[in-house]
Amino acid sequence: MSSPLASVSVALAGSGGAGVMTAGNMLLEALARAGYYGLMTRSSGPQIRGGESVAMVRAATFPADGPDDRFHVLVAIDWQNVVRFADEIPLGPESLIVGDPAQGEPPEHFARCGARFASVPFKAIAKAIAGGWPNMVALGLLGGLMGLAREALEAAVARASRKGGEASEANLAALRAGLAEAAKLGAAFALAAPPARTPRWLVTGNEAAGYGALAGGVRFVAAYPITPATELLEWMAPALARLGGTLVQAEDELASINMILGASYGGVPALTATSGPGLALMTEALGLGVAAEIPIVVVDVMRTGPSTGIATKTEQADLNIALYGLHGDAPHVVVAPNSLADCCAATQWAVELAEALQVPAIVLSDQYFGQARGVVERPVVRESAPRRLTAQPDGAAYRRYALTPSGVSPMAIPGTPGLAYTADGLEHNERGTPSSQPADHLAQLEKRARKLEAFDCGERWASVEGEGEIAVLTFGSPTAAAREAVVRAAADGVRARLVSVRLLSPAQPARLAQALAGVERVLVVEQNHSGQFLRYLRSVCALPREVASLRRPGPLPFRPGEIHRRLVEWSRA
Amino acid sequence: MNAPDTGLAPQSFKSDIKPVWCPGCGDFSVLAAITRALAMLGLRPEEVAIVSGIGCSSRIPAYTTCYGFHGVHGRALPAATGLKIARPELTVIVAGGDGDGYSIGGNHFLHACRRNVDLTYLVMDNHVYGMTKGQPSPTTEPGWSSKLAPGGTGVREFHPLVVALASGANFIARGFSGDPNGCARLIAEAVRHPGFSFVEILSPCVTFRPDQRAWKDLVRPAPVEPTDDPARAARRLMTDDGFNLGILYKGRRAPYAPAREPRTALAELAKEFAL
Repeated sequence: MSSPLASVSVALAGSGGAGVMTAGNMLLEALARAGYYGLMTRSSGPQIRGGESVAMVRAATFPADGPDDRFHVLVAIDWQNVVRFADEIPLGPESLIVGDPAQGEPPEHFARCGARFASVPFKAIAKAIAGGWPNMVALGLLGGLMGLAREALEAAVARASRKGGEASEANLAALRAGLAEAAKLGAAFALAAPPARTPRWLVTGNEAAGYGALAGGVRFVAAYPITPATELLEWMAPALARLGGTLVQAEDELASINMILGASYGGVPALTATSGPGLALMTEALGLGVAAEIPIVVVDVMRTGPSTGIATKTEQADLNIALYGLHGDAPHVVVAPNSLADCCAATQWAVELAEALQVPAIVLSDQYFGQARGVVERPVVRESAPRRLTAQPDGAAYRRYALTPSGVSPMAIPGTPGLAYTADGLEHNERGTPSSQPADHLAQLEKRARKLEAFDCGERWASVEGEGEIAVLTFGSPTAAAREAVVRAAADGVRARLVSVRLLSPAQPARLAQALAGVERVLVVEQNHSGQFLRYLRSVCALPREVASLRRPGPLPFRPGEIHRRLVEWSRA
Repeated sequence: MNAPDTGLAPQSFKSDIKPVWCPGCGDFSVLAAITRALAMLGLRPEEVAIVSGIGCSSRIPAYTTCYGFHGVHGRALPAATGLKIARPELTVIVAGGDGDGYSIGGNHFLHACRRNVDLTYLVMDNHVYGMTKGQPSPTTEPGWSSKLAPGGTGVREFHPLVVALASGANFIARGFSGDPNGCARLIAEAVRHPGFSFVEILSPCVTFRPDQRAWKDLVRPAPVEPTDDPARAARRLMTDDGFNLGILYKGRRAPYAPAREPRTALAELAKEFAL
């Protein structure tokens, strides 16, 4: 027996139809009911349906938005192709591997890691229960190893079954059989007591982003299916219908973005969601949004690129295209959520910024956030008041692109008498009439730049945590691993602060300088091969004297250990 | 044609911006036809939005006093689709040329016909890219020689009316810019007809296709009444020589119009996440 743990990570693997995702979701639900935080990610083979898959669940006594360094337990209902997930399930000598003896020995790779191995005959146990399934035995085993209360597990199973009756009884019997197996092994990875109860959500990043969009006022969505953004759209479709909005499945991404431009021109806040390949197709029309000053939001749930890349895996390599992909001088907004729950708040904020500044806003989420399901603190959500400055007839000749001090000009909504104008991607004068005059081009460029420069983004531009002369500077999903690394470094006597930038564009050099005041060394953490974030930071602000880059591409998420090690080594160098 | 009297003359729909078109361009007459149709329909300028892409004819929104959207090349139909679904009470007219609609925007043409949103799509077809000074378009004859395709493209023409029918357009007509009154009647009828209405308007490019001056002698009223039978319309359009004018098909498909009544409050939606 070991002492209770603040965080336990388990993986449940099996071939198609073994029900590992169902069991993983039930485990997450049980953790939530027992008062723990949790996070479930999933991985599958390349088959469209069926095929091997693994559910990875992290349970913690603190909000944990990212993976831990190692898994405590790997349970394999069978071993068919499970070795393909080896890099995603790092194990060590302290880990436990549980397999079904009828399915043969674990693959050589897993045997080599030095983990303890235990046998549980999942299929035989399930077979002895009428209607019993091996995945429910595995769920009982995992719950038992984590020291979860039986009631929490049973409630999660009952909720998922819903039917009650025989199937549910069989599931409960299989669950209890799994718990009995865990008892034989001892609660080797028991969680410490749960923290005080707070209002929480069980939600995916994609769902959270969709909810944030609705809270921001979005009532029109047009989009084309793409991994890993599709679930965001599938959540929004019925939700929008219930709110009186519409989701249109477009024929392609070119149509998607032009549809939302049309809807927003009509006065209805509009959004599309996509991934890198779709964003690439949308860049021409993003320029139209800038030139014609039409607010729209594009959520890019980033995946590994370039081209089709690894469609189901995470990376932060779309930063360049989000910042620089537009042709011409095209100032726009780029926002990156830095926690799973922040997918909600950051997306809502992006809608508010787009509407207030009459500009396209890109939300850089990623596959890790988008497809992870987590138990998170309930986001603070208020329904946004409409923020678009609209024009009212006042008898004067209407100038849609009037040169105002803030750069934002009142926008006429079609239907308003006396204010008809043509929204145009052609350069134009204040009235909106096409113009190739140098003075008009300069004046409109400056107006569009001024909107973003003059705007006060407040404190939401970044999360700044901790104190120290060394700082970790990052954005997006690596923030969770960076935060844990900073906490661990503190235990080693290394004081570090964390700066996770939420507002990537317009850049906030003065605020960043303030956040880094007194910092001598900055470790820039990002998940791409070329260091896109660091290059951008160097181009827009002054960084402290010593800068190091910790970057690597997807598909594996950052783990705290790699950042922690780098921080400690550097602090002692 | 019953003309509700709003007291607005066609001239009220014409802006003070001088068109960029060449003298003699067919698009002048199409502009006149649109303004006449809007007057005939008894609409007010602010109730109408005209959406376009890129090309000579796509300049048309700013030449009217209606709300206009002059977007990017080939994407007028998606922009108009978004606008009409978001604001169903507006009358949305989409205008453009053959390059914009059948080449770069070809995929959107198929899906706009199929989706059947209540739009009116006017294509000013002159079988040439005029704005970029004389390249072959999808409707150019295969033997027409140009700098970009000396000796001709050797590629058969696109048949927009046939494609529109096969894709599900609910109203198909052909007009000729040399007959602005006839065009105005077609446009008004197209706007009145529910669903996606497609009006191909032969609009000569006197600069790069002076041979199209002969069109006035080739066009004729279609010798048949409009049909609502797609099979009859298909036979008619497949054997059509491209110069029959009038309404050639009037379908009965219900337009795409999603329900928009709010049934719940935002906070209700959060209940599925709350623990």
